[in-house]
Amino acid sequence: MKIAIVDYGMGNLHSVVKSMELVAENHASVVLTADASVIDAADKVVFPGQGAMPDCMAHLEESGLIASVRRAAAEKPFLGICVGAQLMFEQSAEGPTASLGIFKGEVVRFPPEQMVDAQGQKLKVPHMGWNEMFITRAHPLWHGIADGERFYFVHSYHFMPAEDITVVESAYPYRFAAAVARDNIFAIQCHPEKSSTAGLKLLQNFVHWNGN
Amino acid sequence: MPLAKRIIPCLDVTAGRVVKGVNFVGLRDAGDPVEIAKKYNDQGADELTFLDITASSDNRDVILHVIEAVASQVFIPLTVGGGVRQVADVRRLLNAGADKVSINTTAVTNPDVVRDAAAKFGSQAIVVAIDAKAVNADNTRWEIFTHGGRNATGLDAVEWALKMQDYGAGEILLTSMDRDGTKIGFNLPLTRAISDAVNIPVIASGGVGNLQHLVDGVKEGHADAVLAASIFHFGEYTVREAKEAMRAAGIEVRL
Repeated sequence: MKIAIVDYGMGNLHSVVKSMELVAENHASVVLTADASVIDAADKVVFPGQGAMPDCMAHLEESGLIASVRRAAAEKPFLGICVGAQLMFEQSAEGPTASLGIFKGEVVRFPPEQMVDAQGQKLKVPHMGWNEMFITRAHPLWHGIADGERFYFVHSYHFMPAEDITVVESAYPYRFAAAVARDNIFAIQCHPEKSSTAGLKLLQNFVHWNGN
Repeated sequence: MPLAKRIIPCLDVTAGRVVKGVNFVGLRDAGDPVEIAKKYNDQGADELTFLDITASSDNRDVILHVIEAVASQVFIPLTVGGGVRQVADVRRLLNAGADKVSINTTAVTNPDVVRDAAAKFGSQAIVVAIDAKAVNADNTRWEIFTHGGRNATGLDAVEWALKMQDYGAGEILLTSMDRDGTKIGFNLPLTRAISDAVNIPVIASGGVGNLQHLVDGVKEGHADAVLAASIFHFGEYTVREAKEAMRAAGIEVRL
């Protein structure tokens, strides 16, 4: 089995590759690729992203990989991470560029006027650090991960699905969708590759997931 | 709030080894970076910060190998600082596996590096390290110092932090220079002044001697994260003990 990690020129994918290799053991080979034919030939696809969404979308367009990313999202176990996950929605408040529109909904900024905790203390943006993950719908990728487990986040924007796809929520200070899933696609806002044991468990579940 | 306050052990690295200062006079070899990083990860460290203390510009690439090795085996966020002078340095460290790069002296001498690096790699990857100390007797005004605290700049610390936020810093690593190495606790008024002024997270550093100091940094200093070196390196406390103390004080932590 081959797992392709899509490299469209957006930053550091070292940890994504190394963490996938670790959990893949002898079940899968992991390849970092900017080659459409490699993505097309892969059994599963990981679609990461970091930095600003408009830059990511521009790099993705320049890479010529959009068609193969769409094909993968249509038929293979597909994992979007962070800005990769954000790109799967229709639009982001971070820029005027349209994104992939694989999911209905948009990506919004944490609104400054709401960034206060219950004690009245200011909440910082980016939302950076380890926050709790609350399961709202059972999903195979969450197998063996406790409700309330903490994952590592670093983001200023979050997605607002306009369809019923949320599987995990976090709160900062209000509840927002932290992971969404539909058919063969799972997309997560935080960084499993930086979330120690729990994150590695999620990635391991992806290695063994058949997309159902 | 559910978002946990972070505890970040800081590791000084030179020639591929973690070192620790002993009574301000010498450096003692403290071990292999990968092994130490694994140990802190097992204890529940939320992130790790590596400070490249190599004095000369020779052997700069050694830190890249260290980061690459750690990032291949330890899957929590890694920040690297020390000797970052240009955007190309930031790129090299990120490509080696760092998640964030900390910019200190260069932020003062050439702040455009902060702006350019944030524009290129995203604010989430750029930490500005601020070394500040009080310049009046009642500890209400603080200025920025560079070159390990030796050079005064005349820059007001709070204004500087706000400027670095505007330049695109995603986080501030604030070291109380008048407390560093003293083990008497953070400079809390300084920490609070900066944390309350900016909208980005602030990591408090400098002066930690016991676990109450970590609690105070969050509760009194309003820090989003606390960084410490010697209390962990010399085995006085584990990261887990630190988190248990913070939880007992009512602070949200990841345990």
